[in-house]
Amino acid sequence: MTAAPEIGSARLRSEDARLITGRTNWTDNIQLPGLLHAAFLRSPVSHARITRVDVSAARDRPGVIAVFSGADFADEQGSLPCAWPVTEDMVLPDHPPIAVDEVRYVGEPVAVVVARDRYAAADALEAIDVDYETLPPVLDMEEAIKEGADLVHSSKGTNKSYEWVFSGGDVDAAFRDAPVLLERRYVQQRLIPSAMEPRAVVCSVVGDEYTLWSATQIPHILRLMLAMVTGIPEHRLRVIAPDVGGGFGSKLQVYGEEVACLLLAKRLGRPVKWTESRSEGNATVHHGRDQIQRLSLASDADGRIRGLKVDLLADMGAYLMLVTPGVPLLGAFMFNGIYKMDAYHFKCAGIFTTKTPTDAYRGAGRPEATFAIERLMDELADELSLDPLEVRRRNWIKHEEFPYETIAGLTYDSGNYEAATDKARQLFEYDKLRAEQAGRRDRGDPVQLGIGVSTFTEMCGLAPSRVLGSLAYGAGGWEHASVRMLPTGKVEVVTGSSAHGQGHETAWAQITADRLGVPFEDVRVLHGDTSISPKGMDTYGSRSLAVGGVALYNACDKVIDKARRIAAHMLEADESDLEFANGSFSVRGVPDQARSIQEVSLATFAAHDLPEGVEPSLDSDATHDPDNFSFPHGTHLCAAEVDTETGFVKLRSYVAVDDVGKVVNPLIVEGQVHGGLAQGIAQALYEEAVYDADGNLTTTTMADYLLPSAADLPTFTTDRTETPATTNPLGVKGVGEAGTIASTPAVVNAIVDALRPYGVADVPMPCTPERVWRALRGGGPEPSPQPGAGGGLGSAGSADSADSTGSAGGAA
Amino acid sequence: MPRVSVEVDGVRYDDDVEPRLLLAHYLRDRLGKVGTPIGCDTSNCGACTVLMDGMSVKSCSVLAVQAEGKDVTTIEGLGDGQGLHPLQRAFHEEHALQCGYCTPGMIMAAIDLLKENADPSEDEIREGLEGNLCRCTGYQNIVRAVRRAADDMRQSPAQEEVTR
Repeated sequence: MTAAPEIGSARLRSEDARLITGRTNWTDNIQLPGLLHAAFLRSPVSHARITRVDVSAARDRPGVIAVFSGADFADEQGSLPCAWPVTEDMVLPDHPPIAVDEVRYVGEPVAVVVARDRYAAADALEAIDVDYETLPPVLDMEEAIKEGADLVHSSKGTNKSYEWVFSGGDVDAAFRDAPVLLERRYVQQRLIPSAMEPRAVVCSVVGDEYTLWSATQIPHILRLMLAMVTGIPEHRLRVIAPDVGGGFGSKLQVYGEEVACLLLAKRLGRPVKWTESRSEGNATVHHGRDQIQRLSLASDADGRIRGLKVDLLADMGAYLMLVTPGVPLLGAFMFNGIYKMDAYHFKCAGIFTTKTPTDAYRGAGRPEATFAIERLMDELADELSLDPLEVRRRNWIKHEEFPYETIAGLTYDSGNYEAATDKARQLFEYDKLRAEQAGRRDRGDPVQLGIGVSTFTEMCGLAPSRVLGSLAYGAGGWEHASVRMLPTGKVEVVTGSSAHGQGHETAWAQITADRLGVPFEDVRVLHGDTSISPKGMDTYGSRSLAVGGVALYNACDKVIDKARRIAAHMLEADESDLEFANGSFSVRGVPDQARSIQEVSLATFAAHDLPEGVEPSLDSDATHDPDNFSFPHGTHLCAAEVDTETGFVKLRSYVAVDDVGKVVNPLIVEGQVHGGLAQGIAQALYEEAVYDADGNLTTTTMADYLLPSAADLPTFTTDRTETPATTNPLGVKGVGEAGTIASTPAVVNAIVDALRPYGVADVPMPCTPERVWRALRGGGPEPSPQPGAGGGLGSAGSADSADSTGSAGGAA
Repeated sequence: MPRVSVEVDGVRYDDDVEPRLLLAHYLRDRLGKVGTPIGCDTSNCGACTVLMDGMSVKSCSVLAVQAEGKDVTTIEGLGDGQGLHPLQRAFHEEHALQCGYCTPGMIMAAIDLLKENADPSEDEIREGLEGNLCRCTGYQNIVRAVRRAADDMRQSPAQEEVTR
């Protein structure tokens, strides 16, 4: 009897049962006896010295238990951590969880109220009196690095946090007398990650034992960092990430509010809860992207790339948070994409501004890099009058050339760009759409058709610890798993990879069921609690399966190895004569002499007759540290209809062929691609965090910051090619970020392609109808940025909301 | 403080509430109906959608006192105690959720949508659900799930009654 393999089957998700019935455990659901509610008073100004904070009137408000300013915590709140000092001389300013002397972005916490309920806490904020002596905002990176610019951190004498350089090959030689030289400047606008679940924290204290629940992606890293920041001993602190409603990088952070709740619970001896409002979150959850990219590409006359130069300004915002400075450097190894070239030079400067700090957002550095190279490839095709797929084909690494060491120093283990592109081209009906495009051009159709190409790769499965070490990251990139066989033959799996929507509970059970030969239903996956899952590096960078899944694979093998020894003893056979298949050990050639792994588990528990020296437990621990990153790739093709009279862009079709290696659950993979596409398309068309000239964030609500709705997105056509990763036994690569990385340039390339006959060579993102319209009329100065300027099909009325700017000041 | 008398998922509650208390907070903080989450403060996201006398409302933009005398159904009141509502089942079977935070509101909004239009096209579903935001799925499988549930419910209309 052979069970159908679990790995590769489209299992419906086991976690759905609680999510579709409302039986969830979001952090904000947690109620504890005597629970108090915190609310933060936040800076209403971009940059100011705090000259006085008077909380006395707020203390007298009904229901208020305590009110504290930053100064009240100055001695114990420490500085929020940055784990990635990318250079030895990096400027790393102090970052108090609650501001003490100075505020440097709108929304920065200034004081905190603790009250009996959330309404009372919010009410009391208005009774806090703060005097600010305003300082000049610093908003423009290119101005910020000029001599004599106003400073974000005056004591540091500069707005530049660091400069980081990488060089490969002979760059001067590559550019000398190059027949083709392209120079472009692209802007990666600032984005707000916008997980649907707002941040929430609950902290309880019993004696000297602390439990902190947080809507976080990183319970393990958070525990370590909170212990280091507050001095509360690590072994007295338990961190729990219960059901977490999405993250996309925004919950890969150690937030001031988490530190504050811990200190409030400590000081008051009572449990404290804080849940942010969306407008509070838009201003204070770390933002993503925000780069100015200056690019030079040299090629031969036939389109073969000689060299690429990248000069980045990356907006850090006001402070360096957990991995802020490292995010653009994750892109440093990706600007060359899937292409061969002789030389590559990368320079990045991290710049402080008086804006919300930036940090990881889905893709983290790699979408920015992929956008740049994929836009450049289309520009090169246009320059040489080549088809954009042809110019890529002339430059990409051929499938027989793997493993391939790139000019950026990475070794791509595997890939087949030809196969993915052929499949995508066919599904898309590329030639037919090109013919339609020509027809529309010929007859001067007011609605033009554009075809956008993105042949991307990315590095994920973060990450080999030795590589992270060489990049000065503060920790490793391994992952942990343990497997416990219970006496009844059921299995508990513990993973250090903390899920927040990805479906680990299903995929991990599939891997376990296959390896151990037990029914899928007999496996329970535990995660997200440092007491249950004591070791882990958590979830980000499409790492869970490629690192954590492999740790689980290895842990299963260890259980089998031990069970084999016990089974051999039970069968009075030699271990080497046993074979293990479908959950059963049998003596080779004598199939009726067999013991199931469940029988072995019970016998191990009873421990009446174990082999000499074998401990009575059937469980294992494994930690996997990968040797290399993994490199998903794919070809995405986008057809966009652009109305040349209104500037309105409609995505007509979108084909994504991804190669994520072996697939554990195709249903989950397809879902990840869909969601990734939506976020990448949103960057191209809809989303932008906008600051006004005074440094106020004007996109504080979901009426102003336009997440796409169902009506704004097309139906995607997705498919896969399968080139297994050669660097892990599962052959998996990771899929969490692929769609987001690939889709932004595909969409913008399509828009520009539609408008090339009109002399348009670029449209800045997000490509709103107004921006497309302006680009068609020869550009001209950008209007002052307006919130809610996007406006897809489903955003009816959003244009009307353009003047309704929300103030983040004092948001509760 | 005004008194409100409201039936939620088949149980009647009589409570004194602040006039400004939002229905969403009343459900979550007073009644423990935490299956209805809150995702924004401007009624854009729709995560808190419930049915009030059979009509979908965003419970963050309804005051608890406005629910006086009304019959409120949340995600926790769906199904017949044994099985799932056809929409719940379809969301599971079409993988129409990932983190699941938007799911209760999405399902409640879809119930109202299907009541008004038992056989919606894909475009009608997309338009009908534009007041509910999802950050994980790209909506494609949500649209599929609503189509599937529409088919199921037209084939066995009795199941619709479980929404009360």
